[in-house]
Amino acid sequence: MMEFMEGSHAVAHSVKHCRPEVIAAYPITPQTHIVEALAEMVANCQLDAEYITVESEFSALSACLGASAAGSRVYSATTSQGLALMFEVCFNCAGMRMPVVMSIVNRAMGAPLSIWNDQQDSISLRDSGWLQFYAEDNQEAADLHYLAYKVAEDRNVLLPAFVCFDGFILSHTYEPVDMLTQEQADSYLPRYTPVQRLDSADPISFGLFASPDYYMEFRYQIDQAVKGAAKKIASAGREFGEMFGRDYSDLVESYRLDDADCAIVAMGSICGTVKDAIDEMRKDGKKVGLLRLRSFRPFPEKEVRSALAGVNRVAVLDKNVSLGTKGAVALEVRDALYGQQVPVLDYIIALGGRDVRKKDIRAVVDMAGQGKGDLFYGLRQELVS
Amino acid sequence: MTGESCGLFEYGHRACGGCAAAMAARTILDAAGKDTIVVSATGCMEVFSTPYPETAWKVPWIHSLFENNSAVASGIVASLKKQGRKEKVIALGGDGATFDIGILCLSGAFERGHDFVYICYDNEAYMNTGIQRSGATPYDASTTTSPAGKCSTGNRRPKKDLPMILAAHGAPYVATASIAYLPDLKKKVEKALATEGPCYLQVHAPCCTGWGFEGEKTMAIGKLAIETGLWVNYEMEEGKVTRVKKVVRKPVEAYLKEQRRFRHLFKPTRNEPEIAKIQAVADRNAERFGIDIKLKK
Amino acid sequence: MALGLGCTAKPGKAKENKTGSWRTFRPEFLHEKCTKCGLCSQVCPEGCIAEDGEGQPVPDYDYCKGCGLCAEECPSQAIEMKKEEK
Repeated sequence: MMEFMEGSHAVAHSVKHCRPEVIAAYPITPQTHIVEALAEMVANCQLDAEYITVESEFSALSACLGASAAGSRVYSATTSQGLALMFEVCFNCAGMRMPVVMSIVNRAMGAPLSIWNDQQDSISLRDSGWLQFYAEDNQEAADLHYLAYKVAEDRNVLLPAFVCFDGFILSHTYEPVDMLTQEQADSYLPRYTPVQRLDSADPISFGLFASPDYYMEFRYQIDQAVKGAAKKIASAGREFGEMFGRDYSDLVESYRLDDADCAIVAMGSICGTVKDAIDEMRKDGKKVGLLRLRSFRPFPEKEVRSALAGVNRVAVLDKNVSLGTKGAVALEVRDALYGQQVPVLDYIIALGGRDVRKKDIRAVVDMAGQGKGDLFYGLRQELVS
Repeated sequence: MTGESCGLFEYGHRACGGCAAAMAARTILDAAGKDTIVVSATGCMEVFSTPYPETAWKVPWIHSLFENNSAVASGIVASLKKQGRKEKVIALGGDGATFDIGILCLSGAFERGHDFVYICYDNEAYMNTGIQRSGATPYDASTTTSPAGKCSTGNRRPKKDLPMILAAHGAPYVATASIAYLPDLKKKVEKALATEGPCYLQVHAPCCTGWGFEGEKTMAIGKLAIETGLWVNYEMEEGKVTRVKKVVRKPVEAYLKEQRRFRHLFKPTRNEPEIAKIQAVADRNAERFGIDIKLKK
Repeated sequence: MALGLGCTAKPGKAKENKTGSWRTFRPEFLHEKCTKCGLCSQVCPEGCIAEDGEGQPVPDYDYCKGCGLCAEECPSQAIEMKKEEK
């Protein structure tokens, strides 16, 4: 049913439909509207969940880990500094194979303090073993939560997952969203059945320490599970499409790439602007296309390689920067294209909420045409010279 | 012989000979029984009991991180409640995990009122990493990060009063115990588990390796701590001290001189002013808790 | 051997680590002096002192680390620590 909703509320309703049994969250801008909405649902008996109002994000994810180990479907949401505070627990959740699903309302990392959007927060957790999905719009942000649970809880995956969507740009924006009903959600996402749990009827120990004789094999298994999740994303995404008409089987989305000379690669809400800019450039005869990564973990290496096979140059829009080198997406795209001649140029863009307009996308494409890249786009020169 | 003498904490664990933490673990599980989920913080007890794939725990057990056992326990309690399950939850941590790095999670869990028991085995320093001082290290104890030296008499600060901090959270039952009195420890674990809401138990666990005494003396050292008034066994119910172990007090040096961590107070020469300061700690404890048994003249 | 998912393990394998090899002193139980009070069994950090049918303590030398706590605490001096001969 189509509803006109704020992004955060659309996500909260999706989460409710996923029937989390334990929710633990700590307020942080711009995530608050989600957890407030969920608290209200619990308070009004619309959602039968234990809601733990923890004293920090660190405890939020730790409580989720405990509840997940005890056998419950769990949920949390955070952003930026909150996610950074969870850093240690993030690695733990993945290592202990807890299928926690967490919304990341993407926001910049301090210092300087900024409540505005970029994707530095979740990108910085790229090595942690969490699946990472990035939504372009509120519809996708809402839908990806169902997909995330379905994939994360799969017996061959058993990994935690971030559903990332841009702070304010999506979270606080009203858009029409086609919401599933509870019945539809239930038919897609069955109740959670843990593979193993803390249970006195069958006591097992979770989280032993591994000597050098075992450690690498455990890490290898997590790596295999992250890579292998692609298969489950494909099947769960296809099933979603068959049931509700929106197919998420591909880890990437190609937009007007078929005959493109220049490919833009990006993630998240910026892709809406990019698509509009591409439409304009196409009218001007410029063959530009977009490759949008919906999944950053697993990284769609094969898909990137095949989607970009025919282009002359690649312009990556990175809403993050690995300080001292480049943006994370560019580095990985370049790696995926290793051995091919196509230049991959990186543009660090829109950090800390700097607005991106269609003309900025056109400018990036022009710069890429001149072979000019690997830079911070749109710097106010008067401040840095 | 392959008896079940070990109970729910299996032998084969790698604790030092004479380890008080191992005694505590055995006793706690003995009191709690099999329908108990244990959440361990990183630390000696966690490490000596769970090198993969050998776990000593015959109850459901989980270790996540150093500082989050209370938060993990919160999640487990919530999950059990949602599932309608009846297992009890015990969070276990050393003093480093409890007094220092995990106090945020501990405070949060107690404030929220989850029904679980937190048990700190207090060996008064970071033993797992090699005897560094913690917020539980007593005044003047020499540790590897508060070493006695030419211009140091060891740890400069008195022990943090954590039981009172937790009682101030409104915990219905807070108690201290010692491995020197195992039946008392067992009774307190049972009582804490039977009390609804977050309960705290702090167990004095003398560490032969960290404190510098022979493993066979673990119980004896624990007894001396109580007999000198440097450790007080008491119970608090709803914020009020309801029971205290009374003793005929010995001078503190009876306890101090048995341990390498206080050796600098006696060698090369006796440091009377410092010994007097520690005696004053014991005297204050005695007055505060009324532990002195008055001998009839 | 498949790894336990997420570094989990079932109980039962700790026993394979026979800590008795750590021992340099061995507790000898003098049954004639024993009052069967059970304290040795209680204080043993390994939990490796069982009782026989008559209530006499029976140590499991596969696991006894020889810490001497039982001998130290025995109220009847019914346990003697003897140097291990290997």
